[in-house]
Amino acid sequence: MATLELRGIRKSFGAVHVLHGIDLQVAEGEFIVIVGASGCGKSTLLRIVAGLETATEGSVLIGGADVTRLEPKDRDIAMVFQNYALYPHMSVFDNMAYGLRIRGLPRAEIEGRVRRTAEMLGLGELLRRKPRELSGGQRQRVAMGRAIVREPKLFLFDEPLSNLDAKLRVQMRAEIKRLQRRLGVTSLYVTHDQVEAMTLGDRLVVMNGGRAEQVATPMEVWREPANIYVAGFIGAPAMNFLHGRLCSEGDAVDLRAGCAIALAAPPAGVSDAEVTVGIRPEHVRISSHGAAGAIPLKVDLVEPLGAESLIHGILPSGEGLTVRATDCSPLAGTSLPIVLPAEHLHLFGGDGRRLRLAHARNATARVRAGA
Amino acid sequence: MRKRVIFPQVGLPYLLLLPQLAITSVFFFLPAGQAIWFSFLRQDAFGIRTEFVGFENFVELVQDPLYLESLWITLVFSFWVTALAMSVALGLAVLADRHIRGATAYKTLLIWPYAIAPAVAAVLWIFIFHPQVGLLGRFLNGIGVAWDYKLNGTQALITVVVASAWKQVSYNFLFFLAGLQSIPRSVLEAAAIDGASPARRFWTVVFPLLSPTTFFLLVINLTYAFFDTFGVIDALTKGGPAKATTTLIYRAYIDGRVNLDLGSSSAQSVVLMLAVIALTAVQFRFIERKVHY
Repeated sequence: MATLELRGIRKSFGAVHVLHGIDLQVAEGEFIVIVGASGCGKSTLLRIVAGLETATEGSVLIGGADVTRLEPKDRDIAMVFQNYALYPHMSVFDNMAYGLRIRGLPRAEIEGRVRRTAEMLGLGELLRRKPRELSGGQRQRVAMGRAIVREPKLFLFDEPLSNLDAKLRVQMRAEIKRLQRRLGVTSLYVTHDQVEAMTLGDRLVVMNGGRAEQVATPMEVWREPANIYVAGFIGAPAMNFLHGRLCSEGDAVDLRAGCAIALAAPPAGVSDAEVTVGIRPEHVRISSHGAAGAIPLKVDLVEPLGAESLIHGILPSGEGLTVRATDCSPLAGTSLPIVLPAEHLHLFGGDGRRLRLAHARNATARVRAGA
Repeated sequence: MRKRVIFPQVGLPYLLLLPQLAITSVFFFLPAGQAIWFSFLRQDAFGIRTEFVGFENFVELVQDPLYLESLWITLVFSFWVTALAMSVALGLAVLADRHIRGATAYKTLLIWPYAIAPAVAAVLWIFIFHPQVGLLGRFLNGIGVAWDYKLNGTQALITVVVASAWKQVSYNFLFFLAGLQSIPRSVLEAAAIDGASPARRFWTVVFPLLSPTTFFLLVINLTYAFFDTFGVIDALTKGGPAKATTTLIYRAYIDGRVNLDLGSSSAQSVVLMLAVIALTAVQFRFIERKVHY
């Protein structure tokens, strides 16, 4: 168990800049999930922490000690790879014991540690098997066991669940979370799956194009995304974005889609500017025809999901909007009156950053009719 | 999974096989059959009278101390050729597998010796080992080592071993490199994170994972050393001095072509043929379960 600190990590492969200065502080026992689309540099960042890549600039501190120049073996970390990277010619027992033997532990202790870990992971019966005789989920467990048995300062996970089928993934996800809680080892987990990120992480690092766009708890990221990228990346289905204009007093936003919405608290220091208005599909309210401030949504496609439906439609401005609704499945081609509640609006400035609305969430919504 | 193709006519598949069968018959089955037949015969020196002698040629071989000696020479020679060719190739492949500048150029250069004819390779090594003309030969004599592979049997054996192994290094290199490149990087990274030093990683992870390649090459190299080194030996030492480099294959040639003892030479060929069959059988048996993990 240890803290982890990244200071201004930059990485370039030749002329290609992959990471543009990442700073991160991880507390002891914390579970950090690095999430981002493929190619955003998240795996490279993890490999830099592991020591498999060297940072072009910046430093890595584990437990307060600078390990930037150390080899992977001297960092006291364990890593779980996407393809498990088990030693194919060794039995499960030998796979798990490999690192311990290198450390020169006494036989009896190796035996004890491997057996304990194997029992914990439900691998007790499989110790004599070779990796090729195991199922995907079992291999995944062995890879975890190999990491756990070493009792490292830091766990690194590189998309460990991507190669499993959907059902097993959900099961292993819960298992990883439980294990991490129980062992309390500081962990860094890389994934492109936002559901994994939301459910596993104590905090998320949302990465895009080699930058950390936001570092916060999953709920913070969901409630107050720092910019348009994060807002669109986290949450399924993705947040709707509409064109709008902040009026000159700054206390209302005119939507191109045809209505003005009063803001409970104007964003600080911004007025009379083009903004992007974001609203999550689950926050769009379905209203009744003729209600004040209702916008007609021309229903284009309805996807029933069982408990709820996804309604895709087109606003009068030609912008698309997705609504997640329960007890409502209109026919395609009909018009559905919708209301965008002011307390659920996210405003983003011209540079894509979030405009902070003071007390926006607690304010009562006041809807102004017409534009 | 083998795909079954059904031909509508009965004759077509045989027709398609015919060219291959014809070549195999004319160039392998016919001469091999002839060798087997000759191994039971004995001709007089002028080739006038031929007599059936049964297994007598074989019995004489086994009782001939010179034949047993050339068997021993062959074993020593093959062992060293195989060991040298494989270890050097593995070393080079490990070096070439790293990410170094110009790796492609090295790889190409390392493959060239394979394209060189045995006789040319031998001439090249004469220019290195010759006591008066050769670079190494002159250097050794200069520092007081009496080097002359034409007089000293051990030195002659070293010379043919080095020249033969050199030709085979390229082939082994290619296979070892391919083998190394098929080991997933993440497995090596996992070993590095587990704390293994590069040397330990090599012996506990890389080498075991290369074992199918190593085994395949072992058989191939033994076959090469046994049967394909005639050209190098003939060009460098002609089996001398005092038969110090006369391997079984070279002796079969000398007895048959030079001494015109066709019966004995045929018997020797048959022995060699059985050795090839044995080696090939071993290879086929194990190549089936070549992937052992």
